[in-house]
This record gives sequence, C-alpha cells and structure tokens, in this order.
Amino acid sequence: MRSSRLRAAVIAAAAFALASSSALAQKKYDTGASDTEIKIGNIMPYSGPASAYGVIGKTEKAYFDKINAEGGINGRKINFISYDDGYSPPKAVEQARKLVESDEVLVVFNSLGTPSNSAIQKYLNAKKVPQLFVATGATKWNDPKDFPWTMGWQPSYQSEARIYAKYLLKEKPNGKIAVLYQNDDFGKDYLKGLKDGFGAKASMIMAEESYETSEPSIDGHIVKLKATGADVFISITTPKFAAQAIKKLAEIDWHPLHIVSNVSASVGGVLQPAGFENAQGMLSAAYAKDGADPQWNDDPGMKKFFEFLAKYYPEANKLDGSVVYGYGVAQTLVQVLKQCGDDLTRENVMKQAASLKDFETDTLLPGVKINTSPTDFAPISQLKMMRFKGEKWDLFGDIISGDLSN
Amino acid sequence: MELFTNQILAGISTGAIYACMALAVVMIYQAIDHLNFAQGEMAMFSTFISWQLMQWGIPYWVAFVLTLIFSFAAGIVIERTLFKPLAKAPILTNVAGFIALFSIINSCAGLIWDFTIKQYPTPFGSAPFLGSQLISTHQAGMIGVTFLLLAALYFFFQYTRVGLAMRAAASLPESARLVGINTAWMIALGWGMAAGIGAIAGMLIAPVVFLEPNMMGGVLIYGFAAAVLGGLTSPLGAVVGGFLVGVFENLAGTYIPGVGNELKLPIALALIITVLVIKPAGLFGRPIIKRV
Amino acid sequence: MSAADEAEVVAEGQAVEAVPKRAMTLSTGTSLTVLLVLLLIPLLVKNFIIFQMTMLLIYGLAVLALNILTGGSGQFSLGQSAFYAIGAYTSAILMEDFNVNYALTLPVAGIICFAAGFLFGQPALRLSGVYLALATFALATAMPQLLKLGYFEHWTGGVQGLVVTKPDAPEIIESALKVVHLKMSQDMWLYYFTLVITVAIYLWSINLLRSRSGRAFMSIRDNEIAASSMGVNVALYKTLAFGVSAGITGVAGGLGAIAVQFVAPDSYTITFAISLFLGMVVGGVGWLPGSFVGAAFIIFVPNISESISKGLSGAVFGVLLFLVIFLVPHGARQVAIVGQQLAGRFRR
Repeated sequence: MRSSRLRAAVIAAAAFALASSSALAQKKYDTGASDTEIKIGNIMPYSGPASAYGVIGKTEKAYFDKINAEGGINGRKINFISYDDGYSPPKAVEQARKLVESDEVLVVFNSLGTPSNSAIQKYLNAKKVPQLFVATGATKWNDPKDFPWTMGWQPSYQSEARIYAKYLLKEKPNGKIAVLYQNDDFGKDYLKGLKDGFGAKASMIMAEESYETSEPSIDGHIVKLKATGADVFISITTPKFAAQAIKKLAEIDWHPLHIVSNVSASVGGVLQPAGFENAQGMLSAAYAKDGADPQWNDDPGMKKFFEFLAKYYPEANKLDGSVVYGYGVAQTLVQVLKQCGDDLTRENVMKQAASLKDFETDTLLPGVKINTSPTDFAPISQLKMMRFKGEKWDLFGDIISGDLSN
Repeated sequence: MELFTNQILAGISTGAIYACMALAVVMIYQAIDHLNFAQGEMAMFSTFISWQLMQWGIPYWVAFVLTLIFSFAAGIVIERTLFKPLAKAPILTNVAGFIALFSIINSCAGLIWDFTIKQYPTPFGSAPFLGSQLISTHQAGMIGVTFLLLAALYFFFQYTRVGLAMRAAASLPESARLVGINTAWMIALGWGMAAGIGAIAGMLIAPVVFLEPNMMGGVLIYGFAAAVLGGLTSPLGAVVGGFLVGVFENLAGTYIPGVGNELKLPIALALIITVLVIKPAGLFGRPIIKRV
Repeated sequence: MSAADEAEVVAEGQAVEAVPKRAMTLSTGTSLTVLLVLLLIPLLVKNFIIFQMTMLLIYGLAVLALNILTGGSGQFSLGQSAFYAIGAYTSAILMEDFNVNYALTLPVAGIICFAAGFLFGQPALRLSGVYLALATFALATAMPQLLKLGYFEHWTGGVQGLVVTKPDAPEIIESALKVVHLKMSQDMWLYYFTLVITVAIYLWSINLLRSRSGRAFMSIRDNEIAASSMGVNVALYKTLAFGVSAGITGVAGGLGAIAVQFVAPDSYTITFAISLFLGMVVGGVGWLPGSFVGAAFIIFVPNISESISKGLSGAVFGVLLFLVIFLVPHGARQVAIVGQQLAGRFRR
C-alpha cells in the first residue's frame, strides 16, 4: 500500500517536474519580449518628402491597438514604437540604433524606404535583430544567404515589371515603348526589371525619360515622349506624377497603351483626381484589394477592414492604398508572432517568418497567398493584371508569379 | 522642328507656373528686402482653404474672393505677430523665422488635409487652346491672369501713393520715416499683398500639379530662380524670368545629350548664376550701387 | 523716370553683424571644463548616446565651417550640404573601392573640398546677399542629382549608395586596454577619434580668425568696399574663406560617412543645408563655440518635437525654433554673454 502510494507520489512529482520544466523551457525571450508585452520597432517618414507614406505607420498603430483590445497575442500586448526619419538615411540609422539600444525592441518591422533600409541593414544584421517586412519593393531584400535577418513583404518592383514585360511580349510584340520613370531606387529597379523581362527584345523600349520628385510638373517629359511616336507608355511613377501623366496624356490627345505601376494604381488616390474618363483602358497589376473598388463591398475580408477603420482609425482615408497596405502587413506580423507561441527569441521570429505557408490576409486578392521558406524571403510574389473600365479595375487573367524562370 | 516648338510651348506653360510664383516672391522682396522661404507654403495653405470652401458647397469665384481676403489678412497677422518682434534682430535670424514658419504651415496642412492628392478645379476649363494640344485653356488662362496681375502691380507701384510709400519704406526706411511714412505698416501691407498674390498663384497652379501639402516645394525654388533672373526689383522681370526658366529647362532636357534630362534643375540654375555674374542685378533689375 | 530711378543706391548696410574678437571664444576655464566633460562622457553612457555625441561633434564641425564663412567673412551659404556630400563620398569611395585606411581619407576629403570650395568661390565673388544664397542653394540642389548620375554610378553606387565599414580601435590601444581588462567599442573609439580632430580644427579656426587672414575676413564682412580700398585682396580672401569652410565641411562629411556607415544621395539634400544654417543661427552667428550648441539643437530638438506630437512634429519644431529666436535673437552667444555677466557679478 505504502509503496504504491509512494510510487504514485513519485510519478506525480516526476510528472509535475517534467511538465513545469518543459513549460519553463518553452518560454524563451530575447530583449523586447516578456510575459506581458512584445516591443515592435518601426521607422517611417512622418515628415519630409515622403510624408505621404507616414499613414502606413498610423494604420499599423491602430491595428495593433485593435489586437491589444482583443487580448493581445498569446496574452501579450504589443508595444508599437515608431520613429520619424524624414526619409533621411543618417536619421534612420540614429532611430534604428535608438530602437535597438535604447528602447530594446524585439524586431524592427516595416521600416520604409530603400535608402533608409539600406543604411540600417548591415547594423541590424550584425546585431541579429530581425529587419522584418520592410516597406519597399526593392529586389535586394530577398537575400537570406547574405542578410539572414532581413525580409521584404510586397512583390518586388522587378517582379512586377517583368510581368508587364511578359504581357507586352505576348500581346504587343511589335510595340514601341516609351518609359517615364522616377529617378530613384524605385524607378531604376523597375526599369531594370522591365529590361530583364524583355531580354533580347529590350530594343522595344525606344525612349526612357527620368524625372525628379522636386519637379513641380512632368508635362514636359510627356510632350517629349509623345514625339517619339511610341504606342505603349509605361508610367513608373508615384501617385502625384502618375495623376499628372494621366491628365497630360488626355490633354495632348495621345492614347498609347498606358501601363502604370501598382503603387499608383489607387482608384481614390490617383485615378479619381486625374479623372476617370482619362484613365479608361489603363493597365496595371495588383496583389491587394482596393478600398475604393465597389466590387469588394461584400467581401468578408474587406468588411473586417472597414469595421476596423470605423472603430480604430476613423479619420483614415480608405481610398488611400497605403492604409490597406498597413493593415495587410500588420496582420502578417501578428500571424508570425502568433506562430512563435511562447518562444519569442529573435531567431524564432525569423524562423516563423520564413515558414509562412499559404497565409492569406483580409486584404490580399483572392488567390494571392503569402509563402516563405528559408531560401525564399519574398512573402508575396504573385500579382494579377487588371484593366481600368468605368470607375473600377477589372482583374483579368491568372495569378502570375513574377519569377524570372516562368 | 516640331519637337522644338512643342518644347517651347510646353516650357511656356510650365513657365507660367514659375512666373506666378515669382511675382509673389518679388512682391515680398519689395516689401522686406529679402526672400521669404515660407511663401510657397502660405500659398499652398490658402489654396487648401479655397478647396475646403468649395467642398462645403461654396461656388468657385466666391471661394476665390474669400480666400484672397483671408490670405491678405493672414499675411498681415503673421507679419505683425511673428516678424515685427524680429525687426531688430539680424537678418539671418529672420531667415530662420521663415524656415520655422515653413515647417509649421506644412505640418499643419498635412495634419488637416492629409497627403493624398486632390483634384482642384479650374475656371478656364481644360480644353485645347486655339486647337493646340500643347496649351490648354487653363494654361492660357494662367498666363493671362499672370499678365493681369503684373499690370496691376506695375500700376500700383508706379502710380499710387501707397505703392510709392512701400517702395520708399523698403529701400530707405529711415528717410521714409522722416517724411511721415509708417514703415511698419508698409511692411505688413507688403506681406498681405504677397500672401494674396501667392494665393492666386497657388489656385492657378493646383489644377496642373494637383493639390497636396508638398506641392509648392519645387515651385518655390523655380520661383526664386525666376525672380532673381529677372531682377528682384522688377515684377516684369519676374514674369519674363519665369517663362525663360521654363523654356530653357525644357530645351536643356530635350537637347543636351546624356545628362540633360537628369540635370534639368542644376542646369537651369547654372544658367541663372551665369546671367547673374554678368548682370548682378538680373535681366531687368536696377543695378545696385553700394556706398560706403 | 528720373536718373535716380536707373540705379538703386543703398548705403552699405551690414548683412552679417560683427562679433567682437574678444568674445569669439569661451574663457579658458569654461573651455577646459567642457573638454573634460566631453572626455569623460563615453565612459558613463551607453553606445547609442556615444553615437549621438559623435554626430553632435560632426555636425558641430560643419556648423563651425559655416560660421567661418558667414560669421567670419560675411558670405551667405545655403550649400554646405554639397561639400559635406563630397567629403562623405570621397571617404566612402576611398575606403570601399581603394581600401584606404579611414584616417587617411579625411585629409584627402578636406583637400578635395577645399579645392571645390575655392573654385566655387570664384564665380561667387560677383554675388552677394540673396544672390549668393541662391547660387549656393543651386549647388546644394545640384549635388544629389550629380551623385545619382549614371556616369558616376560605378563609383558612387548611384541611388543605392555605398555601405561603409566601421573601423575598430587600432591595435596599440586595444592591447593596451586589454592589460587593464577594458575593451573599447567601435563607437567609443570613433568618438575619441572625432573629438581629437574636432578640437584640433576648433583651435586652428580660432587662430585663423585671430590672425591677419581672420582680420581680413572680418573687414570684408563689415564693409567690403572699405576693406578693398584699404588694400585687402578681397577676391583672394573671399575665395579662401569659401575654400577653408568647404574643407572643414568635407572633413566633417568624411567623419559622418564613417559614423553612419552609409552614404546615399538622399542623405545630403537641401534640407540638410538648411539644418546647418539653422544650427549656425541658433548657436550665434560668428561665435565658434556656439556651433556645437547649434548642432545639439538640430539633432535633439526634432526628436523632442516628435515625442511631443507625431502628427505635428514639424509644427512643434517650428514653434520651438520661434521661441528660441524670440528669446535669444543672437543665438547662444547671447546666453553666454548673460552667463558671463552673472558670473562677473558673482565674483564681486
């Protein structure tokens, strides 16, 4: 009798010890994570030339407020610390060091701008702090071999450009192409993607015009491009200049096949100010749903998005593509953190980020899924082409992957 | 040849933008003898006010007039509250004040109206002008209004007593005071007028470049350059300077091989500096003789 | 119109006010105290603060250069960011493409920028006041465009910029410290390195302004026509001032490239030139010690504005700037004068 009770006690004690030690073993933290909170760092241009994108940071803050109100992630609240870098790389370095060394965040999430991210990439990788879901489409962020702590999120500019090239090779093999591009990392990356996509037939591009963001109006460039006699016009522009281009094209009565980059495809942000009547027949590609597009009014994912805006960020401009963007990328981070469970080490965060399988956010197009692996640090690489008709974009064709191989 | 004329015409239309802004710059220079960095932002803010009035249903021309009155008053208020205390401070401190004003106005506009672009209506319509596809009726209207403003300013400075008093107060303040001119209020008036002209410029420019808080940044640089090229003491020079800069920039971008396109602004500025080295007071400006 | 309208006659007013020579620097006691504090700080604070202090010294150097140009010789410049950029890129390219030791890149950057400034000073001779401001403004806007130019992309990295490797402390010092079981971080080494260079340049600048050349500068600032009629070679000294100022800014740029470990065209825009200008005004035009106060202003006040209000950080910054220039229109120099008066009264 005694021995069995003793045995039971021993077994119980052993079980208890095993359970508690494994529970203790499962809770692992790096600086920035604890039982009660997870500190997320972020750098955005709230002032300066790129201040239009500051709204992404505000959307993310609102989203994390919502998550916290709903109980947080595995019981932990998100502490979102976001600093302004004014789109200046030295300031970005200062803010990144502040986040890591002074605020002691777990990860640096969705910092915006290729120059700023280039400036902090070496530092963050040296300190082994995840530089997660950077807010730029530059192709260089998908390099797990050299920079294992850096990961992008949106489809890279080059992959999007290659999709247009593929389309043109098929649909307009004798086309004469004029390109207007912004003279910075965004424009140049795109142009490279276009040329790579055309491959041997890069001579289809007969004119390339670059412009600076300091120019008040790009009308002069459009006039010059029309004179080349091109019948395809590719607009690698940010919203303000895309709208100017659309307007000028109509004014000088030039009607080439007009392709615009995804960053400027927003119905409310670009096409409506430019005039819907001027934008008919334009082509672009998308990976996310547009808030101004009535076809998504009954979509369950977008409904959740609108409810979120109404409750947590009512002054947001839901026609602004940046707001949809912020929501989507924040949702992806929450998924990664959820997958981490109680192992909130930086290494595990990167590991989970590199093992997203067919993850769909509320705002991605149906069929576009997030996939990552230890050799694939490009979460979204699928897009669907669309044509503007009436007052909205008509998606057409299949979901295309922007890889060079296809 | 066709490209050449096209680029000249296109240059004239962009030049009209610069000319408008340059007029406002010259106006403020006439009043206070230096350039106000915040001029562009004040113009932008006024344009937003007019846009907001129109959003609330007020018709274009009523909003236009209301905005003019508001800008004029705001210019005077800003001068009286913020820059009169700095009147005795060194010039460089005043310049720092302009920069601070720039920062404040830009930030407030961004907060109130956010950074997405907005369409801004034009009273002149956007149809091709005289059948030419290169100048729209709006741009023709813009050129027309610029010349009207120019004529009005010329008349004001040459033939009215207030205009004369303002010129006197700007160039020789002490002597002006001795003859009974209230120099302090002349400066305030100058600010008000400059703000008003800036508002007109903003409302003319916005339909072309789209309304958003950062819309005037680039325009201001070109406005300065045009005003300096034409001569800071000459409104006519400012307008001519604006057109010249617009045309030259377009031609440089089109015809200088290789770098012409990427260095449009630096080349335009280099031209202006060259002109200044030859004619230090600008094309139409009065040469300044310094006495010890 | 009468003949009087043909030319505008102005009495030669002073665009830049004069700072009396005696007041150009701090008293020896204050200077030594400040130096001591600067030497000891890194031992007490975290690496991040050391980094900020290094940037303060670097920006202070750039503002100092502007002070020599504007406060010393009375020439306006909104284009210092261009020389800073040249210095930064020189260091970066020499270090990354040609494997030159980082310390050696600084004199090269300084000399190249001196030449650039001297050359730029030539056409600038005929311009003054607002016209010179526009010319320097043009230079500042042109520089990022030039850096992005396709022709130079092979060296400059174009829009992507260049990543710079941060140096470790030299072997001698590391082994010396190992004896006492101390380790010097990269940040700390860079800080002391910058401090030594900054102090050297600061002392040299004060000597320059007290010397014959300095007096020549100041006579040009106070009254150019009078100076030239007294035999001062105005052309030479004006271009010299530009050259010296550009050279110091270039050294600061080189140090900046090493500290930030990255150079890109977007880092050196007109916004930066305007910040340096603000730093000079806040510190007190022509007062060399004020350069560092001004640098502190342009580094820390934007951070403070951001913590007060994220949406209106620009407006808060503008308001704070207005407060400063209302309270002390002559910059930190005014505060120092008041401090000296109080100290004087105290001593009695």
